[in-house]
Amino acid sequence: MLDDFLTRAALAGVGLSLATGPLGSFVVWRRMAYFGDATAHAAILGVAMALATDLPVGFGIMVVSLAMAVTVATLAAKGWAMDTTLGVLAHSALAFGLVAVSFVPGVRTDLSAWLFGDILAVSRGDLAFVWGGALVVLALLAWRWQALLTATLNEDLAHASGLNPDRERLVLTVALAIVVAVAIKVVGALLIAAMLIVPAAAARSLSRTPEAMAVLAIAIGAVSALGGLQLSLWQDTPAGPSIIVVAALIFAASTAIGKRITG
Amino acid sequence: MPVVSGKREMTLIAADHICVRYGGAEVLHDVSIAVHPGEIVTIVGPNGSGKSTLLRALLGIVPVAQGGVKRVPGLRIGYVPQRLALDRSLPMTVRRFLSLPVRVSDALAVQALARVGVLGVEGAQMASLSGGQLQRVLLARALLSDPQLLVLDEPTQGLDQPGEAGFYQLIEDVRAASGAAVLMVSHDLHVVMAASDRVICLNGHVCCEGTPHVVSSAPEYRALFGLGTQGALALYQHVHDHDHAGAPHDHHHHYHTDEHPHA
Repeated sequence: MLDDFLTRAALAGVGLSLATGPLGSFVVWRRMAYFGDATAHAAILGVAMALATDLPVGFGIMVVSLAMAVTVATLAAKGWAMDTTLGVLAHSALAFGLVAVSFVPGVRTDLSAWLFGDILAVSRGDLAFVWGGALVVLALLAWRWQALLTATLNEDLAHASGLNPDRERLVLTVALAIVVAVAIKVVGALLIAAMLIVPAAAARSLSRTPEAMAVLAIAIGAVSALGGLQLSLWQDTPAGPSIIVVAALIFAASTAIGKRITG
Repeated sequence: MPVVSGKREMTLIAADHICVRYGGAEVLHDVSIAVHPGEIVTIVGPNGSGKSTLLRALLGIVPVAQGGVKRVPGLRIGYVPQRLALDRSLPMTVRRFLSLPVRVSDALAVQALARVGVLGVEGAQMASLSGGQLQRVLLARALLSDPQLLVLDEPTQGLDQPGEAGFYQLIEDVRAASGAAVLMVSHDLHVVMAASDRVICLNGHVCCEGTPHVVSSAPEYRALFGLGTQGALALYQHVHDHDHAGAPHDHHHHYHTDEHPHA
């Protein structure tokens, strides 16, 4: 069954959604959209460094993304003006990454695969990496769910309940780095943040509880992946952007429906 | 005439000569307070006097630069934050909120809501509650941990006068029913004074403390809040910073427990 490249692509998209649904919900709740962007863009630098040093690319991405995420989280904790800081970091990370990649022979040609994903070329190994990473993230979030939600709602409330909001933030930071490493093959560095935010935002207007939103975000992410692949096959469009296009259409529809339901 | 000795009751939580600094500025200087089982203690003081900081130091949210905070081992604290900034992006029913961070049964949740007089809001979104309902739901959640100590930070901010009086009555009822001690911060004086067993007047340091009767006639309190109609103005313009420099422990002279009903 896994011999078919389309089956592998579909499974990769669905697997990724398992992680991006709940993590994307936290990104939306905590207003971390730009944070996700900075982390994802740093991945290109990770690719360049991994290729230059002959280390596994997934490993390079995870290290650099984690470093970026920790840097951003540290600066935020020190009270830096986050809008500007994140803007600077996100775009610089991408620029440095692209410049660094240009020094690595042979990568230049398939740079677009790293930027926009190459879901149709997902191998069995990639598939295992995507599902493994996604399940780790899902398990991590499920384990810390109650504490993460409390800290997201109000940090003082979490403190008074004996929780440590800094630790919960670190959990999200690590989860984000794993998702970036896993997602780059599927939707590419430029669209990882979209895969996190768009399905979760689409789920928002139809949900009454955080859990409903997270589960619905998984479903919308999976449907977007499958729909995007269809669109890609049918109209010969690039697969990664097609997935986000479908997610954005679902967002528009759900917002309209949600308005009608809730008034 | 320190009356403190001789009355050796258990202390739930105590600040022992704590100093708290933000950056270079000292917000709290040499503050010692203690809360005993079953008493209602109110901290009053002008804006910027460190009231909230003192609560946050007691809860362990802000670090103390000097001195220490002591708690009875395993102290159960129910915390009602000053305000809960509810982000529209996070869907949250009242029922779901009550299960944070510890999941509770439906029966317990309904019972807690009935106790604070907002039965029937279980299915409502937190963001759609009125100010008074929200404060009561926050109190209900705090009560679910069966606290020995309730900590409330300006719980009636944004409520109208009847709402305020009703809320303080509710606090007294809760204390009477559960025996929990109550430590709260307020800057509205008249209602608070009537509802408290003990009042601590704070302005970076403890100016005076004792029963409402004693505190309201203390010169330090009058210096801070003025008398009668001028009180409201004096609250925001604390011009007369009485000098404690000569006698740093001067305020201990104003510690009166002679009228303490729970001693």
